[in-house]
Amino acid sequence: MSKVFIALQTNDDTRSIIQAIMADNPHAICNEQPAMVKIDAEGSLTVRRSTIEELIGRDFDLQELHINLISLTGHVDETDDELTLSWNN
Amino acid sequence: MDMKVSKKKLGLKEKYQHMTRGLGWETTYQSMDDVFPFVKYEGIKIHDWDKWEDPFRLTMDAYWKYQAEKERKLYAIIDAYAQNNGHLSVTDARYINAVKLFLNGISPLEYMAHRGFAMTGRQFPGVGPRVACLMQSLDEIRHAQTQIHSISNYNKYYNGFHEYRHMLERVWYLSVPRSFFDDAVTAGPFEFMVAIGFSFEYVLTNLLFVPFVSGAAYNGDMGTMTFGFSAQSDEARHMTLGLEVIKFILEQDPDNLPIVQQWIDKWTWRGYRVLTLVGMMMDYMLPKRIMSWKEAWEVYFEENGGALFKDLARYGIRPPKWLDQIEQDKDHISHQAWATFYNYAAACNFHTWIPTDDEMDWLSQKYPNSFDKYYRPRLEHWREEAKKGNRFYNKTLPMLCQTCQIPMIFTEPGDPTQICYREVDYKDNKYHFCSDGCKEIFEHEPEKYIQSWLPVHQIYQGNCFNEGVDPTAEGFDPLAAVLDYYHLNFGRDNLDFEGSEDQKNFDEWRGMATKNV
Ligand SMILES: [Fe+2]
Ligand SMILES: [Fe+2]
Repeated sequence: MSKVFIALQTNDDTRSIIQAIMADNPHAICNEQPAMVKIDAEGSLTVRRSTIEELIGRDFDLQELHINLISLTGHVDETDDELTLSWNN
Repeated sequence: MDMKVSKKKLGLKEKYQHMTRGLGWETTYQSMDDVFPFVKYEGIKIHDWDKWEDPFRLTMDAYWKYQAEKERKLYAIIDAYAQNNGHLSVTDARYINAVKLFLNGISPLEYMAHRGFAMTGRQFPGVGPRVACLMQSLDEIRHAQTQIHSISNYNKYYNGFHEYRHMLERVWYLSVPRSFFDDAVTAGPFEFMVAIGFSFEYVLTNLLFVPFVSGAAYNGDMGTMTFGFSAQSDEARHMTLGLEVIKFILEQDPDNLPIVQQWIDKWTWRGYRVLTLVGMMMDYMLPKRIMSWKEAWEVYFEENGGALFKDLARYGIRPPKWLDQIEQDKDHISHQAWATFYNYAAACNFHTWIPTDDEMDWLSQKYPNSFDKYYRPRLEHWREEAKKGNRFYNKTLPMLCQTCQIPMIFTEPGDPTQICYREVDYKDNKYHFCSDGCKEIFEHEPEKYIQSWLPVHQIYQGNCFNEGVDPTAEGFDPLAAVLDYYHLNFGRDNLDFEGSEDQKNFDEWRGMATKNV
């Protein structure tokens, strides 16, 4: 199975986002690098709005991710509730 | 960030539909072929432009909101950097030379990317891709402007930053990144999208921005980190667009496959050659290393690119050509490039040096198959010679590859002791190439590449001297005349870091920053 990843800047906004991603994707591996965090996952990775909202205690628009996003791989499927990265193999 | 999220009236998918569909029409006063003159000649067949989907479904209202937030963050940091003499927090002043390379060589390409996407968007009859190109074109001019603005963090203090625009069109090594983008924007709209959107953004841009920008942070340079990450935050969108382009084109018609495959081969190779500069920055120019070029290549190209091409296999796409050579080259190209710049440091707008013993040990450890055997002895020899007062600056102009415009410095696949030369006879002239890849790219479009503006040829033809200079005059010094033409100050902008004004100033200023004087 191929790996997908998402990389985010390390800052106050992303701390809860990263925590949410790790909670929703137990198979993911979090790599901390200077000023950034790269989360790798076999097959697919899902970012869920509700989990982030629970952690930050306010409404969150998944498109806010763009502000701190560094990079990603895989096909992107985004709805109002979830953003999923995956490969078809 | 504390942004009020208002209640949505439409879902993301519906909103995107409304904002990007049904906005175009069939023209009647003029034929569609006249209105969109470049959309057919490349041979790509599109039957239904509405099949285009932007996975992020970004529309302008959201676009402005998030881009404005990015700009606010960026300028807050730029101000803080300037107010706190951020440039004095970098690991050591050698590092600044990597920033010179980036801001002189890479940032102007952001502007060309802006132009390229604006022109390409104009050529597509479909509204979806047009909107996507528009946003990317805006992103790219933002990158160009923020990076030009960022030059002011450095050019007040350090040499070599003073005339990036003038130099871009003249300085020998800058023709490498410049000609890469010029090649792309002079292609047709679909080729441009595959070249820049897919091959560059998707397959290669991670190697440019991620390890290097993270490396800037690691070396204490908040200024570069902030413009780098701000640009990169748009990149995830560009990459997704690049992948979408490929899927869209391939799903439209089976005849598109061979055309797209040839572009992927060509542009992966072209981009890979340009990234030689980045490899050298990572292995030699960051005083605190973050990862080697080879490691970055393995993570971002072999692993991610591998997954990508496995995925695209269902369309009949195979991995790019010449991968076997690329695989061997990862042990060599950064060393070969640094050796070249060390040789030609008299004609550069940045400084060079021999790595310290510690740094050489790091290189041995990261490159167990190549560094000690081929490159360390050479560096140690040069260091010895310099110590004896024999620092050799090469003044003989090198032969350039007609396609990538890099001097012929790369070695034969399988033999790192033998320079690789290829040549082609075309219409009574002989053309030279650094590799099978560059040779084949030329053979596919010779009429395009015979027009290349090769800096060395131009110097020999007398086109790189200021007006009124007489190359036949007695005692004519061609190097001095070329540096004048480049607006490069001998002894300030060029030569070794050791003994440079940058080195002296940095030491003095850092001293003032930590002591009362
Ligand atoms: Fe850009
Ligand atoms: Fe070449």
